[in-house]
Amino acid sequence: MSSQVQSSEHAHEEHLTGIKRWLFTTNHKEIGSLYLIFSLVMFLIGGAMAMVIRAELFQPGLQLVDPHFFNQMTTVHGLIMVFGAVMPAFTGLANWMIPMMIGAPDMALPRMNNWSFWILPFAFAILLASLFMEGGGPAFGWTFYAPLSTTYSNDNTALFVFAVHIMGISSIMGAINVIVTIVNLRAPSMTWMKLPLFVWTWLITAFLLIAVMPVLAGAVTMVLTDKYFGTSFFDAAGGGDPVMFQHIFWFFGHPEVYIMILPAFGIISTIVPTFSRKKLFGYSSMVYATSSIAFLSFIVWAHHMFTTGMPLAGELFFMYATMLISVPTGVKVFNWVATMWRGSISFEIPMMFSIAFIVLFTLGGFSGLMLAITPADFQYHDTYFVVAHFHYVLVTGAVFSIMAAVYYWLPKWTGNMYCITTAKWHFWMSLISVNILFFPMHFVGLAGMPRRIPDYALQFADFNAIISIGGFAFGLSQLIFVWCVFKCVRGGESVPAKVWDGAEGLEWEVPSPAPLHTFSTPPEVK
Amino acid sequence: MRISKFAYLFAFLLLSPLTLANSDYNMRKGVTDVSHSVYELHMTIFLICCVIGLIVFSVMFWALIKHRKSKGAVAAQFHESTKVEIVWTAIPFLILIIMAIPATKTLIAMEDTSKADITIKVTGSQWKWHYEYLGHDVDFFSVLSTPLSQVNNEEEKSETYLLDVDKPLIIPTNKKVRFLMTSDDVIHSWWVPDFAVKKDANPGFINEAWTKVNEEGIYRGQCAELCGKDHGFMPVVVEAVSPEKFEQWLAEQQLAKTEAAKEAEALLSQTLSKDELMTEGQTVYMGYCAACHQPTGLGLPGVFPGLKDNAVVKGDLDEHIDVLLNGRPGTAMQAFAKQLTVKQIAAVITYKRNSWGNDTGEVIQPSQVQAFIDKASGE
Amino acid sequence: MHAALVKKLIITVVGMFAFAFALVPLYDVFCEVTGLNGKPDMEAAQASSLVDESRTVDVSFITQTKQGVPFRVKAKQFSVAVKPGEMSELVFIAKNLSEYQRVMQAIPSVSPGKAAKYLHKVACFCFDRQPFEPNQEVEFKLVFYVDTELPQEVQELTLSYAIFDISDVALVRDDATTEPYKG
Repeated sequence: MSSQVQSSEHAHEEHLTGIKRWLFTTNHKEIGSLYLIFSLVMFLIGGAMAMVIRAELFQPGLQLVDPHFFNQMTTVHGLIMVFGAVMPAFTGLANWMIPMMIGAPDMALPRMNNWSFWILPFAFAILLASLFMEGGGPAFGWTFYAPLSTTYSNDNTALFVFAVHIMGISSIMGAINVIVTIVNLRAPSMTWMKLPLFVWTWLITAFLLIAVMPVLAGAVTMVLTDKYFGTSFFDAAGGGDPVMFQHIFWFFGHPEVYIMILPAFGIISTIVPTFSRKKLFGYSSMVYATSSIAFLSFIVWAHHMFTTGMPLAGELFFMYATMLISVPTGVKVFNWVATMWRGSISFEIPMMFSIAFIVLFTLGGFSGLMLAITPADFQYHDTYFVVAHFHYVLVTGAVFSIMAAVYYWLPKWTGNMYCITTAKWHFWMSLISVNILFFPMHFVGLAGMPRRIPDYALQFADFNAIISIGGFAFGLSQLIFVWCVFKCVRGGESVPAKVWDGAEGLEWEVPSPAPLHTFSTPPEVK
Repeated sequence: MRISKFAYLFAFLLLSPLTLANSDYNMRKGVTDVSHSVYELHMTIFLICCVIGLIVFSVMFWALIKHRKSKGAVAAQFHESTKVEIVWTAIPFLILIIMAIPATKTLIAMEDTSKADITIKVTGSQWKWHYEYLGHDVDFFSVLSTPLSQVNNEEEKSETYLLDVDKPLIIPTNKKVRFLMTSDDVIHSWWVPDFAVKKDANPGFINEAWTKVNEEGIYRGQCAELCGKDHGFMPVVVEAVSPEKFEQWLAEQQLAKTEAAKEAEALLSQTLSKDELMTEGQTVYMGYCAACHQPTGLGLPGVFPGLKDNAVVKGDLDEHIDVLLNGRPGTAMQAFAKQLTVKQIAAVITYKRNSWGNDTGEVIQPSQVQAFIDKASGE
Repeated sequence: MHAALVKKLIITVVGMFAFAFALVPLYDVFCEVTGLNGKPDMEAAQASSLVDESRTVDVSFITQTKQGVPFRVKAKQFSVAVKPGEMSELVFIAKNLSEYQRVMQAIPSVSPGKAAKYLHKVACFCFDRQPFEPNQEVEFKLVFYVDTELPQEVQELTLSYAIFDISDVALVRDDATTEPYKG
């Protein structure tokens, strides 16, 4: 196996340069970088849309945009953040780190890997282009419920459908690659229970992806055929049911949100032990907890549908199952705290982001538990309370973990240490502004403000102004991050192979920056 | 133990202002037994979460402070304990069971299929509600009454900005009111926070909810499912009055309906002046049409057609009336037959045909609109 | 070289495809066994045999016609009090308000949801697509009974018909009969 890898290495040692190098690369590190840069660009674009939303919501009344455009902003903001920022970022991290962490020379299917990435810019070009076409882009929420998305949408819906299909294909191919790589290419001494947690969480995430992305493809295809080919999946006149759309969508949608958090758990489980200088507490428990969460994620989807008119038995089942998920999630939080307990803790930037993650993600978990309680959910559903919940778990959860990961591994990728002062500014400004932005959303949601509205009653005005200010501050703070990363890539203080003294794992045995080809021969794992 | 007492005290002090329901921070207690149960449940779960959070984060911050490398802490070597894992799996599980009991009780109490004193059909459509008192022959649309000038920041906003309708739903207190929800187009959701009633209105199907209001008053809610452009502009306003007042109101409505029918009949033989029609037409236009077609008549290119120099507006009268009465299926143009009287339709057509440079000089009488309706229904 | 693996993979793919197809009858079985079934009942029920004299249930009827749909359907009686098991008949008057031939589809929906499977329709105009001549008025008969197994706590239920104009898909201009609609 290793000799085959050697010869193919020499075969393409007359390397491509310039654009062609990036277009045709099959190298996991280069593809990882492509994903990460793409994700950052999409994060800024999606963030710009959020700024439009917050600018309109800064005061009651319609000042800047008309309601139809506002709905396009909320829809495309959601689609971009979910499919263009968070998922590609985690995939980029997987590409960079998984082969190194398991002692493999590259991903198992390098050419498919290239395609998994390169179809993404096309998908988002299609989606973003629809915003500029007559009639505007999708305006039915990222959840695109029928019949708003079928009978009552414009023809640019077809573009939305194609874009989603392409994104789905990218994710499925990526997931296949991850599974085959982890199962087949581990160094011989890297047994299952020695796998780093980041690899475990990605392995489980990949199975979730393969299970549910086809369901999304099905949902979106049914929307297409209902709209253009005379089917009536979601139209009562032809024997269909709009609520069935919600079942199908959320059967994808709920595992999807776990897809967006499990890799985060893996990242935190990597960083906290490093800066506590102590092994992760309860390794096997963490693996089981992650698997339980993944399994449970399949049987809770209808907690997004408590107000649709479900039978009592259904409401009770989904309430209990949803509440159950807090048990393995809580176990993970306790294990992280136990890792820190009686460790020797230092507060580098990755650790700061991880600590913020633990506190704030847990806050999002609490609002999630409150949402699980069906009779109370009748008052929370489709209000800003829900918006607060998912932004806490996704922004201070997933996004913070991605930033933590970047601050953790960027020196390994570039060979340079970033400017700590700039990073500190980024951290503190983000931490403060993100809470100003999202915490008051709990209040306005409880006080009765619905979601997805461009204008609101006067009693919500004060908090909305505060939220908008937090939003602008948070948006601006991310420019500090861009600057910090950009500067680091350009140059900085050189770092050794083991950048952080408490770090463990195979990636810290290769030089910094990691050479293009690592572990061409499998290493010995202690 | 000292720590937990402090935690409890701290939580209580922090939270006591928040237990003020009807504040800007918290859910309302509401005016029904169900809404009170829901509020209690919400506060219970919330407080449990606060206590858990306080305990867990206290432990973590303790570690962050006391076990710092900079203060000389040396890392211990333990990294697993099956006993501990079992304990901190079992305790949360038990806490969940404790939470699930009142939650289940409240949910079961909401499942009440006993006979109601009155049933009201609630129909959502883009972007208004329609209420029908079943068995009483009273029905009407309930449309946002906040003027566009307030939305466009030309006028100061009223206190009930965006939460005002022309005709609120009137229900009796202390009686079980059953609601049947459905929709004419996309999914909407009917929500009154003070009743803790939120139920989706699905097209083609009916859903059911009920309430029994303990206090007279005006209660305001909003549509709670994205339904298109004006999702934020279709409020729900319910006025709960004493059963006696309710009966009286119902009788008045039934009377008013017969009166209105007689008036409409009489109108058909009258000839109204252009001025009268233009004035009424402008009111109708601003209230029902301008949201999409704009006060300027220019519409939103690509989304809502402009009416200035519009072929239908300047062309065949029958087609124009047809579009207003029956809408344009497959587009956002609603059918206004049930919402606007024959007089209002004649007025708004007259207004459009003589505004923004559409100087047709035409004056359309209610009788012409009625003639179209009679022809179409074959009567 | 990989013949055995390829064979296994092809069998798996074919098997999954067959499973997806089999899901249609499998879902029906699942719904029957669990009783979780929100589908509108679109097939004629068997006539009832027993009658429960001890209680009455109020059954009300409403129709829902979207604005712009040129049909008007009204039940002659808004509600009836029936005994579980007792056969009842109700007349609906339906009219095509337009000058064209049209086809109507009525979709039934029962509330509360848990009563849905206890309302048995023996004859209903909702089972079929209904063609109308211009301005034609027709009387339809709904024959139904409420199952004696209806839970005691359900004291009233409502049958709602959503009325749809399906002329653009169902209209057959020559004189062929329209096919009965199967839910």
